[in-house]
Amino acid sequence: MSNSILVVGGGFSGLTAAIEAAEVGYEVYIVEKTPFLGGRVAQLNKYFPKLCPPSCGLEIQFQRIKKNPRIKFFTQAEVTAVSGDAGNYTVKVHIEPRGTVPSSADLSLLASSLESDVDNEFELGLAKRKPLYMSVPFAFPSRFVLDKAALSRADELKVGKSAFCDMNEAPRDIELNVGSIVVATGWKPYDVTKLSNLGAGAFANCVSNMQLERLASASGPTAGQIKRPSDGKAPKKVAFVQCAGSRDQNHLNYCSYICCMASLKQALYVREQYPDAEVTVYYIDLRTPGRYDKFLRKVKADEKIALVKGKVAGVEEDAATGDVIVEVEDAVKGEKRKHRYDLVVLATGMQPSLAGQKLPFDVPVDEEGFIVGGEEKGIFAAGCAQKPLDVMRTAQSGTSAALKAIQTVRGR
Amino acid sequence: MATKIGVYFDQSSIGGGLDLESLADTVGGKWGDLTPVCKVFPVLADKKARDEIAADIEEEGLDGVLLCGASPRVDWDLYDFDGVLVDRVNLREQGVMSYKNPDGSLADPEAAPALLELLVTDYVNMGVVRLQKTTAPDGSPSEGVRRILVLGGGWTGLTAAVNGSLAGHEVVLVEKDEALGGRALGLLKTVPLSHPYTDVHDTGIEKKIAAVQADDNITVYTKAKLAKLSGQPGDFTATIALASGEQEVKVGAVVLATGWQPQDTKVLEPFGYGSLQNVVTAAEFEKMAKTGTITARRVAFILNTSLAEPADPYAELCAPEAPAEAPAPAEGEAAAPAVKDHESVRHLPISNAISSVVALKQAGYVCDAFDGGQAFILYDSMVVQGIHERFYKAAQDRLGVMMSKAEIRSITQAADGSLNVLCDNTLIGDDIEINVDMVVLPTGIVPATAKDPIVNFDYRQGPAFPDLELFEGYADSNYICFPYETRRTGVYAAGCVRQPMMLDAAEEDAVGATMKAIQCIESANKGVAVHPRSGDLSYPLFNFVRCTQCKRCTEECPFGALDDDEKGTPKPNPARCRRCGTCMGACPERVISFANYNIDQIGSMIREINVPPDMKKGGPRVIILACENDAYPALDMAALRGKHWSPYVRIIPVRCLGSVNAIWVADAMSKGIDGVMMLGCKYGDDYQCHFVKGSEICKRRKENIAETLNRLGVEPDRVEQYEVAIDEYDKLPGVIEDFMNMILEKGPNPFKGY
Repeated sequence: MSNSILVVGGGFSGLTAAIEAAEVGYEVYIVEKTPFLGGRVAQLNKYFPKLCPPSCGLEIQFQRIKKNPRIKFFTQAEVTAVSGDAGNYTVKVHIEPRGTVPSSADLSLLASSLESDVDNEFELGLAKRKPLYMSVPFAFPSRFVLDKAALSRADELKVGKSAFCDMNEAPRDIELNVGSIVVATGWKPYDVTKLSNLGAGAFANCVSNMQLERLASASGPTAGQIKRPSDGKAPKKVAFVQCAGSRDQNHLNYCSYICCMASLKQALYVREQYPDAEVTVYYIDLRTPGRYDKFLRKVKADEKIALVKGKVAGVEEDAATGDVIVEVEDAVKGEKRKHRYDLVVLATGMQPSLAGQKLPFDVPVDEEGFIVGGEEKGIFAAGCAQKPLDVMRTAQSGTSAALKAIQTVRGR
Repeated sequence: MATKIGVYFDQSSIGGGLDLESLADTVGGKWGDLTPVCKVFPVLADKKARDEIAADIEEEGLDGVLLCGASPRVDWDLYDFDGVLVDRVNLREQGVMSYKNPDGSLADPEAAPALLELLVTDYVNMGVVRLQKTTAPDGSPSEGVRRILVLGGGWTGLTAAVNGSLAGHEVVLVEKDEALGGRALGLLKTVPLSHPYTDVHDTGIEKKIAAVQADDNITVYTKAKLAKLSGQPGDFTATIALASGEQEVKVGAVVLATGWQPQDTKVLEPFGYGSLQNVVTAAEFEKMAKTGTITARRVAFILNTSLAEPADPYAELCAPEAPAEAPAPAEGEAAAPAVKDHESVRHLPISNAISSVVALKQAGYVCDAFDGGQAFILYDSMVVQGIHERFYKAAQDRLGVMMSKAEIRSITQAADGSLNVLCDNTLIGDDIEINVDMVVLPTGIVPATAKDPIVNFDYRQGPAFPDLELFEGYADSNYICFPYETRRTGVYAAGCVRQPMMLDAAEEDAVGATMKAIQCIESANKGVAVHPRSGDLSYPLFNFVRCTQCKRCTEECPFGALDDDEKGTPKPNPARCRRCGTCMGACPERVISFANYNIDQIGSMIREINVPPDMKKGGPRVIILACENDAYPALDMAALRGKHWSPYVRIIPVRCLGSVNAIWVADAMSKGIDGVMMLGCKYGDDYQCHFVKGSEICKRRKENIAETLNRLGVEPDRVEQYEVAIDEYDKLPGVIEDFMNMILEKGPNPFKGY
């Protein structure tokens, strides 16, 4: 029997669930598969509707973790097997080596001296990184990661000489005994290359909404200047294509909850940087629930932002200029026309991270990969593992999962 | 108070060509017996170094350890020495890394320039004195009442009560009506709450009521209201007004789940409500469905409410903000602040998501009631968020349900009593007339708190939640990341009193709010702070001997933590307090302090800054009071990104700009410091201040400081406040640069040398 709680996933809902439970007095383990905590929100430039930076809230969460000895977290870690029952689970966790010693030594000089460059997953294909890296802003833990496989022979020699790197650190497998499990595995952007008619992945200037967040972020590849990936030019005409993958039985059979607000927010990013730029948002419905209505009206009041109910039939590239031609049918006017844009942003939907994966625990999952049960086993889904939500609803969901977990382990 | 401090330097993270051994000697020489150990380690993070520190603590009887190296934000996990005060001096990010020469060139990494030596020496001395003026905080546990009060016996309140009980807490449930169940009782069906989210079903409210009634841990009061809530988390006294009189109950925390009421139908008059027959609200239509009295076979559900809305329903929000707090009553007068009615036309669009799914559900009722029943849903956008799209899809597939985007031009009654809805801009063209038997208009969700204080706080700052105008009367949070945090510690709102929401969200919300209530109780019982300084054992201490009853602290506390007695002497309620120190910043008499953060401590740090008597020779000196929540990490980040700033600034972290006391600025000026920059969070409607009002209050105080400086012949712009978001790290060095240029142009502080 154990009164400890396992939280799978160190994104916003997982952090919330873990910290809220630990602050009541329970021991909590967080298992995060990437090298840093923070998850999807760490990639965002601003939150709607306040346009405040996500790192602000994350910094609070990290401070809470620092102050609370009851929270233990493992990064580069994955749950491989779970056995037992509610109140008494044995969890196997596989931990990949970080390759650097526990110290905050500044390895940036060493890192920049390395010759290999690999795709920076945090920048979603928009930038490269070194095999020794700390690519997340306000990284927590604030320690470099060594990507051993990506080192060239010369790099290996350099890294091998550093007292702060450990080329020989082996992966570890540990076992945790917990009473309850919170699954907060979150979401991933839907693979836009599956939307072949929308040109993503094929045309440089047709980016996903998450990529635009990186382009607008001060920590991103362009230091926050929104530029066309093809030629670095400032875009003057930008289109947003809503429901790229969402609300489509062939792709994601649900609405991804955040994309309308996200595009409206991003329209403001563009407008703030480029006072002359024109923005058009092509939508099916503008879903701005509750007090977000005020945000919608603020965007509507901008004369250079057009909101058009219309279905985008296809996207082509003008190879000579890199411009993107969008063919769209205006649903109200009933006319089909082609428009030329400097930059097109696909409001790509969210897909549960667990979609298509085999889970280490036995909980029911729906056809899209959302967890739809497990409570009676003391396993609780939180945040976007359960359904598409925004950050506020995710925090609510994580808080709620924390109490459910506590109810399961209490008194054990 | 640390009396024997070990000072340790981390060669590996400082570098910069500094002679740390000589620095250690200088510091040791200056402080003498206070710093019996001053050492340099090649790698501080090394286990060997940490073992040696532990041995020093043992052998030398150290009660304080000062670690000079990287920012305190990193490697926090390595340095925990039991029973000893540990503090850090940031010589890396805010020292060596960000250093640049006055001419803008960078320092020689092999040989530290004199200005860099001065900079790090100042920081170490400031660190020593800070630790010397720090006492380990001891916490302030409150009474230890674990009972939870749940206000409202509807869907949300019942869920909260059951979950509080399941977590082992006694619960008192207060419901204003005679029966439990609230508005869910009136629903025929609910939109689907669980997988596969396609079909309506029974709400299951009866089960919730039965569970509460069967639970011995839950005491239910019906036909009851909360007349008064006094005290503090872990030790509240709730005065409950019952038909039989008032009853006092001790509770530890409160879940506010008092729900909503339908919006005044007056806003629907442009649609003919009240003048045309068979124009009803969704709430009224639900009642017909529940009682089986739907007779209309063709029904139009109108979701596009622009006809009833002004062009910009939020326009008046752009007007300058009225003073947020109720004006303080005059001496001897009882506080009787008028409660504002927050209901407005805005509640119509704000309820859009609920209206949309309810229309889908009720369209189904029409088709269920009659073969050939027809429902027309006329919308601007179908706001059917997230997973509920599946319900929308299922409704689209239903025979008899038709939906279109439409603008409503008019609704008129035909001679036969039927209604003609004239629409423009529909998906099938303009001038479309739809003939129906009934028109159903949306019901706006007006939260209980828009009309009534509900909780009736017996607090110095009044009976209602502050800031409600920001949230249209909803008892909501300004935070995105922390949706339960409000300005009244220990009271957590859930359900439609917080935001318009469906039963599934309300259920989750109820559990979440109960979680926060339990956490608050546990924290109060341990005597530690809740969000955002969770676990903080320090709390404001009052030296009442010097209090002049000026009431600044009681008025300015963003959380209403302080009450006062007849004379105006503040009465602290530590469990309500968030430890921001706004009271400490407010007090002109230095009455208020924290064990580990106080006026003397920061004042002493300022005094440790070595100010050259001649600005032309030694350069100016400028203090940056940096909010430790956002500005401080932003400075760290700027340094890590290779930014540099003037070698003449000295950064002092503060808990919140609200805690900045004018005395510090006065001290700095009289010491000859040439300027003070205050870096804090954004304020205004979308404030980012972690303590809600701290940076805004600081701004107000700054105006007073400026006036005082002006009177003394010091240019007021030597003290400036800047709003800095945590991600504005790339802009910060430029902000510092501009301020420094201004100071250099102005010349020395006229007080320098006095």
